Amino acid sequence: MRIHRIPSEKVKQEQPSVDLSPLAHLFEKYRNKSGSLIPLLQGTQHLYGFIPAPAFDLISKETGIETADIYGVATFYAQFRLNPVGKVIIKVCHGTACHVQNANAITDAVQDELEVKDGETTPDGLFTLESVACLGCCSLAPVLMIGDNSYGKLTGKSAVKVVRDIKETMKNEN
Amino acid sequence: METSIKPKIIVGLGSCGIAAGAAKTYDKLLALSQSGKYDFELAKTSCIGMCYKEPLVEVQDKAGSVIYGDMTDDKVIAVIEEHFATDKIVAGMAVHSSYSEASEDAYFNGQVKIALRNCGYIDPESIEEAENREAYKAIRHILKSEMKQMDVIQTILDSGLRGRGGGGFPTGMKWKFAFQNENKQKYIICNADEGDPGAFMDRSLLEGDPHAVLEGMIIGGYAISASTGIIYCRAEYPLAIKRLNIAIKQAFDKGYLGQNVMGKENFSFDIYVKEGAGAFVCGEETALIASIEGQRGMPRKRPPFPAVSGLWKKPTNINNVETWGNVPWIINHGAPAYAAYGTTKSKGTKVFALTGKIKHGGLVEVPMGITINDIIYKLGGGIQNDKKFKAVQLGGPSGGCIPAELGHTIVDYDSVNATGAIMGSGGMVVMDETTCMIDLAKFFLHFTQDESCGKCTFCRIGTKRMLEILERITEGKGEPADMEKLETLADQIKNNSLCGLGQTAPNPVLTTLKYFRHEYEAHIFHKKCPAKVCKPLLTYTIDAEKCTGCTVCGKKCPSSAIEGGRKTTHSIHQDKCIKCGECFTVCKFDAVLVE
Repeated sequence: MRIHRIPSEKVKQEQPSVDLSPLAHLFEKYRNKSGSLIPLLQGTQHLYGFIPAPAFDLISKETGIETADIYGVATFYAQFRLNPVGKVIIKVCHGTACHVQNANAITDAVQDELEVKDGETTPDGLFTLESVACLGCCSLAPVLMIGDNSYGKLTGKSAVKVVRDIKETMKNEN
Repeated sequence: METSIKPKIIVGLGSCGIAAGAAKTYDKLLALSQSGKYDFELAKTSCIGMCYKEPLVEVQDKAGSVIYGDMTDDKVIAVIEEHFATDKIVAGMAVHSSYSEASEDAYFNGQVKIALRNCGYIDPESIEEAENREAYKAIRHILKSEMKQMDVIQTILDSGLRGRGGGGFPTGMKWKFAFQNENKQKYIICNADEGDPGAFMDRSLLEGDPHAVLEGMIIGGYAISASTGIIYCRAEYPLAIKRLNIAIKQAFDKGYLGQNVMGKENFSFDIYVKEGAGAFVCGEETALIASIEGQRGMPRKRPPFPAVSGLWKKPTNINNVETWGNVPWIINHGAPAYAAYGTTKSKGTKVFALTGKIKHGGLVEVPMGITINDIIYKLGGGIQNDKKFKAVQLGGPSGGCIPAELGHTIVDYDSVNATGAIMGSGGMVVMDETTCMIDLAKFFLHFTQDESCGKCTFCRIGTKRMLEILERITEGKGEPADMEKLETLADQIKNNSLCGLGQTAPNPVLTTLKYFRHEYEAHIFHKKCPAKVCKPLLTYTIDAEKCTGCTVCGKKCPSSAIEGGRKTTHSIHQDKCIKCGECFTVCKFDAVLVE
């Protein structure tokens, strides 16, 4: 059931304080346009990477939609995140083609490597691990995607290598 | 094939091509063209459909056209240079050619491209290239000849086109209902919320030929007197959304969209893209409408059908991407030409995303009435590693498995439904002997259970209970009464759910129970997984005769369950073994046995 998308208390993270003033232009753009709640939430997430808790009240105030209804919409759709995400999002494809080519082994291996569960962010805020339904490059299955790069025909081992290489690059950049 | 003085090199830059590295290939070719060494024109196109050979590069010169496969950035320059130097097809690298035999001709020649007629032929970001291949010819003909609305609808009715999203409802009939409603404000919607895991037909069409879909919608808008069209597209398809928006702008600039389309009085039509936010259930039309209105995407009871009361309570006509893509072709070539393909009740062609354990995975468009075996063996080249074909899953999580014995089944709505599967939107996942059917049913049920909107009790709770039973079975804790319980629950969920998601969610379980009951029995009664997938049911042992005592497995074992020194036979302590399979993978002598 979709209610699973609401994070449990223990994985709730500290939310950084955010400046909500950039939302003003979104309100301007969608004012008096019916059916614009989802684009508003998408715009908010685009700005912050997630939907900060105080944004709900502000959107409610500006649009006149009840906060509970906005929360209802935000938790219904898989796209919306209520918590900050890592710098790097690792999307492991779990489409049918990837599943029959053992995508579970990829998620398992990356979970072990990062010591987080599917859907969680590492404590250092660097990586978020996500399962996605289908990335659409079925002939390369099993696949994972980081940023705009897809890595195909993986095994548990090669997936871990991909993650380690990225860790290494990030270290060198700092 | 068109001949031009200057050779042209075209790179396939669809999502799958890009994933395989086509962008880097393009960059290499761009550098080659800028170097001035050879004189050629460099162009882009989208998905050619041959995913298993991506990246694909086509060379057009005076001899005709040739497509080279596996053109990764490290290989492409050598092949192109050889092609130019010798003026001949580079041996062993061509997959298809207009003037010579090539390795993958069977894959191309078995197809009939109607919906995908321009995919791989045009640059999707160029309206002129689309126009050169008949784009907007149909709407021009309709408006110039002042074709009556009912005549347009009758043409679609006569063509026998049925909803390609999976429902299979006659498209012309849907249009007729919307046309007959006299409300002044009506809407056209294109359902591009392709959510089936393992299906990418709509994405490829939107990325490859967005104008076909736009033109289909304009024709639909004219036929039912709608003034606004909305494309509800998954946010996960950024490239499709980008290309759609470019195409809409181009069509608007050329007068195919906007106030008084092509100068026609009393017909104005606008299209905009609405991004979905990630909910499988939004593929259901009433849920999709709720989502466009900014609400939770939960289906409602029908009637009233959207043709009577849809978006903002106005008459609305919803069709799937592929359905819209077929419409202009039918107008251009006539209903009889379309109806010439197919069977008595299913006309035309269907696009399938052929994936799984198949040699040639990709996008294929085939005439209705072709057999599943022909798709798998003639087009798909057979099963990977020449393993045994076990079953094919049609229709994704709402569909079912068709076993190899029924491979002679022809692809049309009624024949597929008779097997217990559904035609669906076009996902075709091929499975071999190493796929456990219970694990697969569990996978699909996990998906539908997760995507259930929660409105109907049977769908919300029933799918969860079914999933729990399947989990138990795959963990070796299955009980004799489980199969009957699954059937009872499946029956209740099918009969007591409001929308297609719930009504079809039990299909994967029901079809596997029907065709692979022996696998359920093996799991439940003998605690064995015949496909060797369900880990808790496996036992790893070492074949004393084959073991050379190389110690590799012992070193790799994460739970120190393997005992044995150098050059002595190893053994596995079953109480310590966590069944990770690592020893099986690393053993070079096939000495690790799994049962």
